[in-house]
Amino acid sequence: MDDNHIVEIRELVKRYPVGGGHFTALRDVTTDVVVGEFTGLVGPSGSGKTTLLNIIGGLDAPSEGSVTVLDMPLGGKNHKELAHLRREGIGFIFQTFNLLPVYTVFENVEFPLLLMGMNGEDRRSAVNQALEWVDLMDKVKSRPAQLSGGECQRVAIARAIVKKPKLIIADEPTANLDAENSHNVMGLMVNLNRELSTSFMFATHDEKVMGYLTRIIHLIDGRIDEDEQVSKPKYREGK
Amino acid sequence: MLLLKLALKNLLGAGTRTWLNVAVTSFSFVLIVFMSGFYQGFLEYAQQVTLETEVAGGAYWHPAYDPDDPFTLDDAHGIPPGPVSEQLAAGKAMPILLTQGSIYPEGRMMPVMVKGIPPNQNIVTLPTEVLGEYTGSAIPVLIGAGMAHSAQLEEGDVFTVRWRDAHGTYDANEAEIVSIMRVENPGVDMGQLWLPLGKLQDMLEMPGEATYVVAASGAELLADIGEWQPKPVMFFMQEYLDVIEMKSSNAKILYAVLLAMAAMGIFNSQVLSIFRRRKEIGTLMALGMIRSRVVALFTAEGGMHSILAFILGAIWGGPLLFFVATKGIPLPYDPTEFGVIMAPRLIGVYGIGMILGTTLLVAVIVTVVSYIPARKIAKLKPTEALTGRSN
Ligand SMILES: Nc1ncnc2c1ncn2[C@@H]1O[C@H](COP(=O)(O)OP(=O)(O)OP(=O)(O)O)[C@@H](O)[C@H]1O
Ligand SMILES: [Mg+2]
Repeated sequence: MDDNHIVEIRELVKRYPVGGGHFTALRDVTTDVVVGEFTGLVGPSGSGKTTLLNIIGGLDAPSEGSVTVLDMPLGGKNHKELAHLRREGIGFIFQTFNLLPVYTVFENVEFPLLLMGMNGEDRRSAVNQALEWVDLMDKVKSRPAQLSGGECQRVAIARAIVKKPKLIIADEPTANLDAENSHNVMGLMVNLNRELSTSFMFATHDEKVMGYLTRIIHLIDGRIDEDEQVSKPKYREGK
Repeated sequence: MLLLKLALKNLLGAGTRTWLNVAVTSFSFVLIVFMSGFYQGFLEYAQQVTLETEVAGGAYWHPAYDPDDPFTLDDAHGIPPGPVSEQLAAGKAMPILLTQGSIYPEGRMMPVMVKGIPPNQNIVTLPTEVLGEYTGSAIPVLIGAGMAHSAQLEEGDVFTVRWRDAHGTYDANEAEIVSIMRVENPGVDMGQLWLPLGKLQDMLEMPGEATYVVAASGAELLADIGEWQPKPVMFFMQEYLDVIEMKSSNAKILYAVLLAMAAMGIFNSQVLSIFRRRKEIGTLMALGMIRSRVVALFTAEGGMHSILAFILGAIWGGPLLFFVATKGIPLPYDPTEFGVIMAPRLIGVYGIGMILGTTLLVAVIVTVVSYIPARKIAKLKPTEALTGRSN
């Protein structure tokens, strides 16, 4: 694997069993993701964006082809090894935030570190740092039900970033947010991308999100239709 | 640790449903301990009363004696064998003579068991000395309160008693109730007349004879005494234990129902919570929690119902059980009216073993019914869990 590559995909096919036969959700997908890229999968509904992100995240298995993520070939890996990969190397951000409802903001952000077995002191400083990033220091004791959607997604970003993963996967992160919150959340992710060189992979329909991407992969019917490098993203200042 | 903390938070976060399950479980738990304690207390009390009033240190039976067949009484009498008479002389045993008879209080006829006992005995705790103190001309008779109630007899009542002597000849005479004793053992009360042994021997023309001999408690039961049969204490208690065994198996059905109630509530909550919290399960998996730990988390969540139930049970059940174990509960009935031995106050006896056993049983059942639905999580794909879809 190229040192510079965080994800390598070769001739990936994904079929889902449907009725007696099967439905091909992804076909012949070959691509690489370079460290520090801010990539988006874009395409019509049903084009396979979520499917591809799930496979990269080790949540779903390819039917054919090879996928290597963070130097780990996913083929033939059992669910424990995949869980380990996610726990140590990948952060997830969901459309519906998916915070743990009984936990406070602090505890939600702390949770991935508990799974990693990090000690208490390191955890506290990492959680505080992540909450400062997303500017939620005043909400540490709140529970998800007491937060606005934008705040929830900021907590989710803090939860994804707290372990400083190499890759963050975000499926429609702005779909439940208004314009202001969408820009706010994307701005945060751009900052993290710049300062920590964290790679991001999005799936999105949202024009606002697209305005931040440095690379856009267009999917149509499970195939890569176009792979576009964006030199001057609309909302991204500087580089 | 993380699992338990998270499980507890989830459980408490579920609010009312959790507390409902916890309340039902604690109710079952306390009730089972409570009732088991009563059975234990009842058993111990009944054994003690039977020993004190009837069995003492065991008995020697005339070879023809069969307590289940009153017709054997015609033959079941004789002079106690030599080795036993030494114990008799030393006051370490007492002879009892039995015969069937009938009484006619106010013209009604009632069959009775007539029992001759030495009035000055101190081997059982029956107040037989009153039989020796009688100076009247009738046959002095001691009866229990239960017998007095059913025959409507009072102290001082005089009535006719009829019996058959050694030669098969019927005879009758006046008898007088010299005392009515309160005794909790119906085995020495219902349908029985207690007479001075010497008097009964005269009436039956069986001088020096007995049907059986009761040994003093602690006295050595002689084994080799010819035809007469030694009957150890356990022989008498075994019958008793069988009765208790039967009664407690009825109780076990009730326990099973109580536990099933608690288990069903928890099972139901588990199924519901696993169904409703699919997205959460998917999130835990996406964050890198392995499936077996997610299963363990949900099992722990359900299993913790039992811990909360023990705590709740200790809070409300503890003082209750303490009260029952020390003060007892008074019976609203006259215990002599029951066909079984009943203490006037029911005292619970709560052994550590019984409480721990019940605790373990409840914990195991609750954990199992929590695990069964949680096991399904292991088959769930993270993507399906995240979308809430299922195959
Ligand atoms: N578990 C499954 N079983 C069968 N078909 C599936 C399954 N998951 C996805 N599909 C199908 O695969 C195709 C791609 O789905 P996917 O969720 O990746 O689309 P998407 O690009 O994310 O769409 P959207 O923009 O609506 O989120 C769809 O046609 C979908 O119906
Ligand atoms: Mg999608």
